[in-house]
Amino acid sequence: MSYTEFLAEHGPRLLDGTLVTAAQFFLATALAIAVALVMGLMKLSDNWLLKGVSVVYIEIFRGTSLLVQLYWIFFVLPLFGVTLEKFTAGFVAVGMNLGAYGAELVRGGILAVPKGQWEAAYSLSMSPARRMWRIILPQALLNMLPAWGNLLIELLKGTALVALISVADLMFEARQVNSATYLSAQTFGTALIIYYVFSRFLITPFMRWLELVMRRKMGRA
Amino acid sequence: MFDWDWAFTLEILPRLLEATLNTLIAAGAGYVIAVFLGLAFALAQRTPFRALTLGVREAVEFIRSTPLVLQIFFVFFVGPQFGVTLSPWTAGMIAIGLHYSAYLSEVYRGGIESVPKGQWEAAAALSLSTRDTYFRIIIPQALPPSLAGMGNYLVGIFKDTPMLSVIGVAELMHTANAIGSENYRYLEPYTMVGIIFLCISLPAAAMVRSFEAWVRRKLGLS
Repeated sequence: MSYTEFLAEHGPRLLDGTLVTAAQFFLATALAIAVALVMGLMKLSDNWLLKGVSVVYIEIFRGTSLLVQLYWIFFVLPLFGVTLEKFTAGFVAVGMNLGAYGAELVRGGILAVPKGQWEAAYSLSMSPARRMWRIILPQALLNMLPAWGNLLIELLKGTALVALISVADLMFEARQVNSATYLSAQTFGTALIIYYVFSRFLITPFMRWLELVMRRKMGRA
Repeated sequence: MFDWDWAFTLEILPRLLEATLNTLIAAGAGYVIAVFLGLAFALAQRTPFRALTLGVREAVEFIRSTPLVLQIFFVFFVGPQFGVTLSPWTAGMIAIGLHYSAYLSEVYRGGIESVPKGQWEAAAALSLSTRDTYFRIIIPQALPPSLAGMGNYLVGIFKDTPMLSVIGVAELMHTANAIGSENYRYLEPYTMVGIIFLCISLPAAAMVRSFEAWVRRKLGLS
């Protein structure tokens, strides 16, 4: 079977899988950003309880493997009365895991904003929430955007693990096609190339563009 | 905690600890491959042969931006298609070693680029051979700033070993899966795996941090 024939026959399945991977990627990214923001801010808080919760969260999610967390969320959480459907369990695990890494980026990004910016906002008698939202966070975002580009690629790679709880993503479909055809080089090779195109030609250029736009907006182009 | 069976936990603990040893061996062996192969990748990107440099650069990008679990499958299944059968351990070590060598080559690259230009010029002025320049002048100076990154990836490789369970390497995750399906109990094995990972990776990460601080002090960087 030539490679074109292979693609004609099995390409649609791999494409379906790619769409599921894309859906997992976007949902997990949204969750990771939310988790990173909340946990990153909590870690900077003066309140010991908030700070403690975020430290424990970050250490647990960064100290164990994503695969362990995924299995735990999918197989063990139901025993505590929280049953997540596999699709949901997949992006929740990926999002919560990468969110813990993101929290450190948020914290670092905020700490890198010059102290004068805090003082200036204070002297304009802005409320703390307004100061954070209008003055500090936009600058912190610009500081941490390059690192987020790498993190999102890690996140995309993380989504491949959801195949192990039978979410029909690209990885899962590739395994199915492989066990049906035994054309491993073609199947896994195609899947590898799709992941590569996704991260190198979609995620990376998008993050570069976003950084440029943010820079312009803040007059730092 | 309700439903938690301590007797069962104690019963499975020896098996889990034994598997932990396998996990550590897998991480160690994969890391050794990555350390040397990563150096080869880093040095290959500094040769005057443009095709080689670009090829290796692109290969490193490719490995870094595709999922490790897929690479493990690729290495394990593609061999037999062409008549080369690899054991799960061999395939796993190749895949994980290759994956992390791409990351480590970037660490080395950063380290090599941090060596002041004057060092290169001094080596050239003493007409040292390329080999001597690298192994006696550049690499010894590039190593200390690379150590922190190398340590982080050691912890990283340890945390990625559960992925080897997909091709049947009997490490921690694989053993926990087996225990779970034999006893229809997943709470204790999976939770214990998480705790074992925390018990190893948190101290390891702390050690990497203090080692980094120690090296920085030694070099008078902070």
